[in-house]
Amino acid sequence: MPRRVVVTAEAADLIRRLKQQHGPLLFHQSGGCCEGTAPMCFRQKDFRIGVRDVLLGAIEGCPFYVGGAEFEYWRYIELTIDVVSGGGDSFSLEAADGVRFATRSRLFTGAEAAALDAAGPPPFGPQAFGTTTPSVCS
Amino acid sequence: MPDDQTRISLRIPAGLRSRYDNFIGGQWGAPVKGRYFTDPSPIDGARLAEVARSSAEDVELALDAAHAARDAWGRTPAAERARLLNKVADRIEEHLELLAHTETIDNGKPIRETRAADIPLGADHFRYFAGCIRAEEGTLAELDNDTVAYHFKEPMGVVGQIIPWNFPFLMAAWKMAPALAAGNCVVIKPASDTPLSLAVLMDLIGDVLPPGVVNVVNGHGSEVGAPLASNPRIAKIAFTGETTTGRQIMQYASENLIPMTLELGGKSPNIFFADVMDADDAFLDKALEGFALFAFNKGEVCTCPSRALIQDSIFDRFMEKAVARVAKIKLGNPLDPNTMMGAQASHGQAEKILDYINIGRQEGAHCVIGGERAHLGGELENGFYLKPTVFVGHNKMRIFQEEIFGPVLSVTRFKSVDEAIEIGNDTLYGLGAGVWSRNGTTAYRVGREIKAGRVWTNCYHVYPAHAAFGGYKQSGFGRETHKMMMDHYQQTKNLLVSYSPKAMGFF
Repeated sequence: MPRRVVVTAEAADLIRRLKQQHGPLLFHQSGGCCEGTAPMCFRQKDFRIGVRDVLLGAIEGCPFYVGGAEFEYWRYIELTIDVVSGGGDSFSLEAADGVRFATRSRLFTGAEAAALDAAGPPPFGPQAFGTTTPSVCS
Repeated sequence: MPDDQTRISLRIPAGLRSRYDNFIGGQWGAPVKGRYFTDPSPIDGARLAEVARSSAEDVELALDAAHAARDAWGRTPAAERARLLNKVADRIEEHLELLAHTETIDNGKPIRETRAADIPLGADHFRYFAGCIRAEEGTLAELDNDTVAYHFKEPMGVVGQIIPWNFPFLMAAWKMAPALAAGNCVVIKPASDTPLSLAVLMDLIGDVLPPGVVNVVNGHGSEVGAPLASNPRIAKIAFTGETTTGRQIMQYASENLIPMTLELGGKSPNIFFADVMDADDAFLDKALEGFALFAFNKGEVCTCPSRALIQDSIFDRFMEKAVARVAKIKLGNPLDPNTMMGAQASHGQAEKILDYINIGRQEGAHCVIGGERAHLGGELENGFYLKPTVFVGHNKMRIFQEEIFGPVLSVTRFKSVDEAIEIGNDTLYGLGAGVWSRNGTTAYRVGREIKAGRVWTNCYHVYPAHAAFGGYKQSGFGRETHKMMMDHYQQTKNLLVSYSPKAMGFF
């Protein structure tokens, strides 16, 4: 079963360091403006997940959500979470250290898309993280 | 061209210092934890200044200063507040070149834009709100013979403001001017990518406003923005930026039950009806410029006209001229007054845009011009330059739905007026739109149907004061650049007065 969100080694390393520093984390990506269209990394207690947010999976044990409306356009996209330098100001936790999580997109192949469709829609809402199956967690 | 460009090196203006702290209580002070970050220039990656990397402790100091100044500023007569705001505008105009130059080297936008638009519009904003506060009145109503309701507008007190890196100076003016005019004290956090023009402004106006009325805390979103937005000592928070952060700000505001205004992103449609090609005249020329305006401020504008909808019957002819117009866009060192499009504001931003260009290709959109990094060579090789890019595709593609925030235009076609409206509205956002038609009725009807707060009609990218600006849908709420913004920075006090000496008879 293809994963909807994967992470580079460098990003995984950064996430581990941020977890040590800040405690449990989550990711949320939506769109818009300036520092947008990039994953926002917050302490879990600092961001309320809404009922329409879609859980794509987990990276380094941290849930990765996208906005429900945006998911319609990302249904057949694999997101790879990477790290860039000089990413600019953001409320995302890593930005203060001069780096920034970034998203790279790859269109799923026909076979991958079919497999994902067959599995049904991904979970959504704040309670989704506790109930995800191991196959979508890294 | 490469030779000319490389001879104009990164000139640092004489008024720019090498280190900036926080401006609190009328003076510069070092951040409590003594940490600094380096602010690079997107023109060539060179280091511009060290800037305070503040934390929650510095936000508290700024709030202390703002609260100390709060009552006196709130009681300052409107005419005096207006006089001081006009003095701020005077200082901006006197130092236009310094501010324009600073803005250009910090953000990468062309100097012809900072000289002609960013800085003068900023000065005008202070003048506009100085006028608004002079002319402001409350209301009263005689409810019955004995009872009068007096409605007074009062300042909220101390407000927090968080601004983005794309129009650093202008966004500071848009936020500060109405808040100050309305009698509030401000704690403002500029983007850490672009703190310099506001810092230079405080050097220029530090003696004009009473200490504590404006406080600038430099630093990053998570370390300064979050403690500011969630602080119980602000009466209101204003934010311009991206969507997820907008949600987080709203959550913080809900903890303290404070109001907010939010300006988030956009995916503004620029709609060209067939009649624009009825004549080969000045208006057609203007419409072609309108098409190319996706490159204004290198596309890093919330209202970037990043979708162009062209009526089917003129599609090929219009595109031929329009793409030729885009090909003439002069990319270069933003300090060269001939440069039309400068550097993207950061390395990360350039990378994000390139990723979208890649996505566009993966989705099957056809790239008709641009689509890659621009190598300007010489001293500019380390800057963040991209070629203006035009794709042709359909409105369900990601490059038509997501805000790229760069010089990338996605073009599609429509047949009827209804289809133009449908495609124009098929977006999560509702900030800006452009409608181009020689037929006033068509332009009016379409403009009224588009669900966006700003519909430019036979123009684009003009931001005069006294024209309200703000979003529908996921673009946020609240209207700036108009006197109605003052309502967001004021409370209404109803003095309900009885002139009757008699008890009501209840108890």
